Amino acid sequence: MPKTDAIYTPKAVSLISGGLDSMLATKAVIDQGVHVEGINFFTGFCVEGHTHAIRKKDQAKPKRNNALWVAEQLGIKLHIIDVIEPYKKVVMNPKHGYGANLNPCLDCKGFMVGKAYEWLQQNDFDFIITGEVMGQRPMSQRRDTFPIIERESGAKDLLLRPLCAKKLPATLPEREGWVDRDKLYDFHGRSRKPQMALAAQFGIEEYAQPAGGCCFLTDAAYSSKLSDLWQNRGSKEYELDDIMLLKVGRHLRPREHFKIIISREEGETKFMQGYRKEFTHLYPTSHGGPLALIDGDAKEDDLQLAAQLLARYSQGRDASEVTINIGFMNGETKSLQVKPLLKEEIPDAWYL
Amino acid sequence: MSEHHLDARRILCPLPVIRTQNAVQDLQPGDILTVVCTDPGTVSDIPTWSRINGHKVLNINKDNDEITIVIEVNGVAS
Repeated sequence: MPKTDAIYTPKAVSLISGGLDSMLATKAVIDQGVHVEGINFFTGFCVEGHTHAIRKKDQAKPKRNNALWVAEQLGIKLHIIDVIEPYKKVVMNPKHGYGANLNPCLDCKGFMVGKAYEWLQQNDFDFIITGEVMGQRPMSQRRDTFPIIERESGAKDLLLRPLCAKKLPATLPEREGWVDRDKLYDFHGRSRKPQMALAAQFGIEEYAQPAGGCCFLTDAAYSSKLSDLWQNRGSKEYELDDIMLLKVGRHLRPREHFKIIISREEGETKFMQGYRKEFTHLYPTSHGGPLALIDGDAKEDDLQLAAQLLARYSQGRDASEVTINIGFMNGETKSLQVKPLLKEEIPDAWYL
Repeated sequence: MSEHHLDARRILCPLPVIRTQNAVQDLQPGDILTVVCTDPGTVSDIPTWSRINGHKVLNINKDNDEITIVIEVNGVAS
């Protein structure tokens, strides 16, 4: 059926983050009779799920994926796409630079809309929906950055932003009559009140916290650890395990050539146990305590220091001696009796 | 109808969902996929993904730290 036919049902793919804005934008278009399916991208830096799954103290929190939950509330399919590999170039070398931390928001949005555009072409869909609101975000959601996203993603005027469409030139879906521009919105600025009001109007009572806190790259502490990783490797290359491990444990760098990651609670210990074959690891045997992984080339005296450091975080922190077992990647083990470091013997500069 | 297994242990959500989604793409209606996971989030996420995509969860079993979810591809969603 020609897409200009009066009874043609247009098809849109909507970027679903799991937050309120994309939920509202999608609902606004569904209500106009458009067939909508959702798309969600997993970059490896998503906050969603991971830390809650790892940390025992967070296990009482709902362990749902908000994007899936939103899709179910809206009654649409959701396609979750693994973009870990292609996303690396966005993080390592963002054309438009980083935000306050290592967040490459403008490049990221262009990348995601570009991936949605590829999906659209492969699946014969007609246009793309995002929950962007002009002026909502300082880097990516501005009048002057919107055209950059449209251009660099390749989506051009197939990109519809229902929440602020009336502030923007008409897109192809509006010109074709697939959606009625009069039924779209003119939200702008940082206030969340219009979104809250629209949610109430749509009868949406439950939704996740507004987007923005959904990416570890916007987090200062995480960015600092990632920056340290890059600096000490002399390269911005990374693997998924690298960026996952930055989400757990205390990270200390006592010497330039090695870092120690010490679990903070049982859930993290359990998670880190899965990495024992890939890292030299230490754990106390004379007392209860955490697990530590060594990242780098630790020599004998470095391991002695790491053991003393770990002992400080064990239940034997006040003991005169703590036994620490060291497991090497070749399967060999070794035991050390060490005196725990005192708090004042651990310089602040070691903490990443 | 054929039976298939997916090991999604030691990976965290949404990766078990993505692996399930990718595995189902190659299966036929009526095929059975058994997914074994360790992330507690999968108890919610894989059934949600199955419901919205028209697959039926036949069984969820938790045994210590392992979660086994059995899905019938394009079964009538419960």
